[in-house]
Amino acid sequence: MESTAELLFILPAIIVAIGGVLVMMIDAFSDDADKSYWTATAVLGLALIFSIRDMFIPGGTAFHDMMVYGGIAAYGGSVVLFGTFLCVLLSRDYLKAIGYHFGEMYSMILFATTGMVILVGANTLITLFLGIETMSVALYVLAGFIKKDKAGIEAALKYFLLGAFATGFLLYGIALLYGASGSIILTDIAATENQGVLFWMGVAMLFVGFFFKISAVPFHMWTPDVYQGAPTNITAYMATAAKAATIVAFILVLGRALYAVQSEWTTVLSTIAVITMILGNLIALVQDNIKRMLAYSSIAHVGYILVGLAAGTATAYSAVMYYIFAYTLMNVGAFGVVAYFEKQKGCDFTSVENYAGLGYKFPLLGVLMSIFMFSLIGVPPFAGFIGKYLVFSAAIAEGLTATVIVAALASVVAVYYYLRVVIYMYMHEAKESYNFVPPTLAFTVTLTIIAALILYFGIIPAGLIEVITNGVSSSTMLEANGISY
Amino acid sequence: MELLLHIVILLPLVGALTLIFFNNEHIIKVFSLVLTTATFVLSLPLLLNFIPGEVNYLSVYGPMVPGIDVKYIVGLDGLSMLLFMLTTFFGPIVVLSGWSYIKDHIRGFYAMVMILQTGSLGVFATLDLFMFYIFFELTQIPMLFLIGIWGGENRIYATVKFFIYTLVGWLLMLVALIYVGTAAGNMLNDGVFTTDWRILTSPEFKLGLVEQTWLFVTFGFAFCIKIPIMPFHSWLPLAHTEAPTPGSVILAAISLKMGTYAVIRYLLPLFPNAAISFAPAIAILGVIGIIYGALVAMVQKDVKKLVAYSSISHMGFIVLGMFAYNTIAMQGAIIQMVNHGLATGALFLIIGMLYERRHTRAISDFGGLSSVVPVMAVMFMIATLASIGLPGLNGFVGEFLILLGSFNSEVLNSYWYVVFAATGVILAAVYMLWMFRRVMFGPVTHEENKNMKDLNFREIALLTPIMIFIVWIGIRPGDFLQYSEVQVEQYLQDQLDKAAEITAEAHYQELPGWASRFYDITPQVVEKINE
Repeated sequence: MESTAELLFILPAIIVAIGGVLVMMIDAFSDDADKSYWTATAVLGLALIFSIRDMFIPGGTAFHDMMVYGGIAAYGGSVVLFGTFLCVLLSRDYLKAIGYHFGEMYSMILFATTGMVILVGANTLITLFLGIETMSVALYVLAGFIKKDKAGIEAALKYFLLGAFATGFLLYGIALLYGASGSIILTDIAATENQGVLFWMGVAMLFVGFFFKISAVPFHMWTPDVYQGAPTNITAYMATAAKAATIVAFILVLGRALYAVQSEWTTVLSTIAVITMILGNLIALVQDNIKRMLAYSSIAHVGYILVGLAAGTATAYSAVMYYIFAYTLMNVGAFGVVAYFEKQKGCDFTSVENYAGLGYKFPLLGVLMSIFMFSLIGVPPFAGFIGKYLVFSAAIAEGLTATVIVAALASVVAVYYYLRVVIYMYMHEAKESYNFVPPTLAFTVTLTIIAALILYFGIIPAGLIEVITNGVSSSTMLEANGISY
Repeated sequence: MELLLHIVILLPLVGALTLIFFNNEHIIKVFSLVLTTATFVLSLPLLLNFIPGEVNYLSVYGPMVPGIDVKYIVGLDGLSMLLFMLTTFFGPIVVLSGWSYIKDHIRGFYAMVMILQTGSLGVFATLDLFMFYIFFELTQIPMLFLIGIWGGENRIYATVKFFIYTLVGWLLMLVALIYVGTAAGNMLNDGVFTTDWRILTSPEFKLGLVEQTWLFVTFGFAFCIKIPIMPFHSWLPLAHTEAPTPGSVILAAISLKMGTYAVIRYLLPLFPNAAISFAPAIAILGVIGIIYGALVAMVQKDVKKLVAYSSISHMGFIVLGMFAYNTIAMQGAIIQMVNHGLATGALFLIIGMLYERRHTRAISDFGGLSSVVPVMAVMFMIATLASIGLPGLNGFVGEFLILLGSFNSEVLNSYWYVVFAATGVILAAVYMLWMFRRVMFGPVTHEENKNMKDLNFREIALLTPIMIFIVWIGIRPGDFLQYSEVQVEQYLQDQLDKAAEITAEAHYQELPGWASRFYDITPQVVEKINE
């Protein structure tokens, strides 16, 4: 009886899972991929509505402590679903243009999303593992979706092999942690009394698994190749929804299982954060392929997020939660524009130099791309700035001033490569005249809404931050255990 | 009146957004002109109803972010009133100066100018450090595009250098800003982050000496780049030269003032001990800037570059005035900010007009113009003399007050600063008059110059108001100095008091060696103070 009522708490995941099967069935009986597209959009929209509703219910656990609901689980789910929703909206035009508009893509996306929604509500290490693997397996398939593209296949294979390797680490970590603590439930792990070698080995393995999934240096090697080789809409999806989901799960582990030993892992996380920021930004500097550049930039952003995680307070987790939302918007937007231009000229049209003069040819897309780039740089009044500011201030309050100074300097480096796109769009003359198909209305409207949201949450972040703060305090165990804000 | 202040700040931004609905180029220009003029006219009551010595038209909204006490606080006081007016005053002038100069992407151009206008007004009007930061960044992006799209040949390099150079300083400052806000929150605001200027400058907000040193260096670095103080100036000649005329005018007249204004508004009152102890060093940099700028200006072949380097020289005077810790010098620095804006702004405008006629800025391409274009020559003459600091024109007032004040400064405590700074005035006469002679006097050596058209009505109309103020400030400086006089005296006294208090509270044993030496807190001194 009780479990039936509890099903309501994972309603978004159920909807998405059923939706995935439904899309597969539709695809089996119909040649028209548009039907799959519309079904997927509707399913994601519906799940998103329920997920947003859940953000306002008080958090708790369900299914004998297997899942957490409400609080940041619901918030994370909403970010993931919203990111996926936007990616799917932007997919159709792109896939049609490159000739790969098949229904399978949407069902795979929905399956991956199911994994993500489970992942953000994981309260045991097994749920966590299930979520990550459901997500990853679907992503391996999606990365190699363009069968005839060698780079795409290579990307998928690389992703799969390295991903499997990381899964090994993750699973080993889970096993060791279970051995050390006698429980797979996060809150019980927190109560482990004798933290011996076994426990710390487990934590280290678990961290490695997480670092790989969020592509923190030095576990980032797969990211540029995969992001460059995968279809652009899938790159957007991997860079945003997948990363957001993993980071929320990471916060759940840190905030529910490892909060008592925070002082032990702060140094590790801030060290990884520092090298991630530096390396990500420096290598992005010399990239000419815009997808590869955005891949390295996403590595750099993970670095900023890790600064927040290293601080480890409720304020810091709230800041990270805000950051992943802003990051999702900016990256989906940027990849959306890239996908639009790329589909016009085939997959070679990804050099930053190709963008010369495009700002005048497409006034609206130019302005939107500039907004995404400036938001990624982190200048006010865009959401990226608020995200960065919140993370930095939370870290400074915890005494991580040196790390934050590195972060500030690293973001100066970042200015150049983001700016380069804007400069090419507006300050260089177009070398040759291309004939472009004008963007469809749905595409333009979606991107405009993303940009409007970036501006809105950059200027009036108050409401969102309040929701996040409530969510974090109900989903992590910091407050209950009297750990400072 | 509070409402009027909000309207003045936001009107240009609204105008910029409204431009989306216009397509006709002429309508866009007229609309921008009307809007910036309206902004200026609406700002006049703010000046006329101003009460010196307090914060006028104060209004507070917020907090903007829950858990963080960042508020939209705007208000004008003696430190900001004149610069605020200078910004609204230059609005229509900048729009007019681009009237025929800007030919491509007109809508984008005027949108950028007006967004920049709102950003600048916000910078001068806000009384919250965090909002100041946000408004400042709001001025950077339009400037990036102004230089990068409508600039000269080397525009992309110039704009990237300008943008990144500034951002290096300001991102580091953001870290320091968060530190200050957190410290202020813990000390005075129940642990809630705050950057309210009134709290930060209150006598109760005392930062320790070691903290002050680091924060001063970080904030100072950002402001030094913006002012710019030698050796962080290298972006300026490039940006000034490559920017289109309206861009150069905004840069010279308004943007540079944000750096010096930020020093007066935030740097000095927030970290009084560090500021006083660093004052001689920074004053030396200021004096070096005066001489260096003048010497480099002397050898320039390009008129615009010459004026750009003269800017470095003039900004050096302002720096010297600010760090002299003396009412007269500070008053001089405030009025000199306005003067520099007017004189250099006028020079850039006239150079732009020359460039529009001849498409060159090399001094050697001109010569003997005074016989061809007499009206332009007169305007150019007034602006040149104002820039040199001829008595009777505005430049003299500011420089004289700064030199006088610095001479009596107790903090600097040496007349050598003035001796060297004064040579800057002489050098200014040398390079400006020499340039003027080569451009305007002598025989007409180039065939193309013989048929040069004199100023048209628009150009005269946009230069005349500047000339009026150049003469007005020169003859009756009291009309302008009265806005800040009362406040500056109190403001400096408060800082000295606060610095003395912090010194008295500092414990010799707790300080690291370098700090106790730098701030001169040895057991003997502490004993003396206690007695």
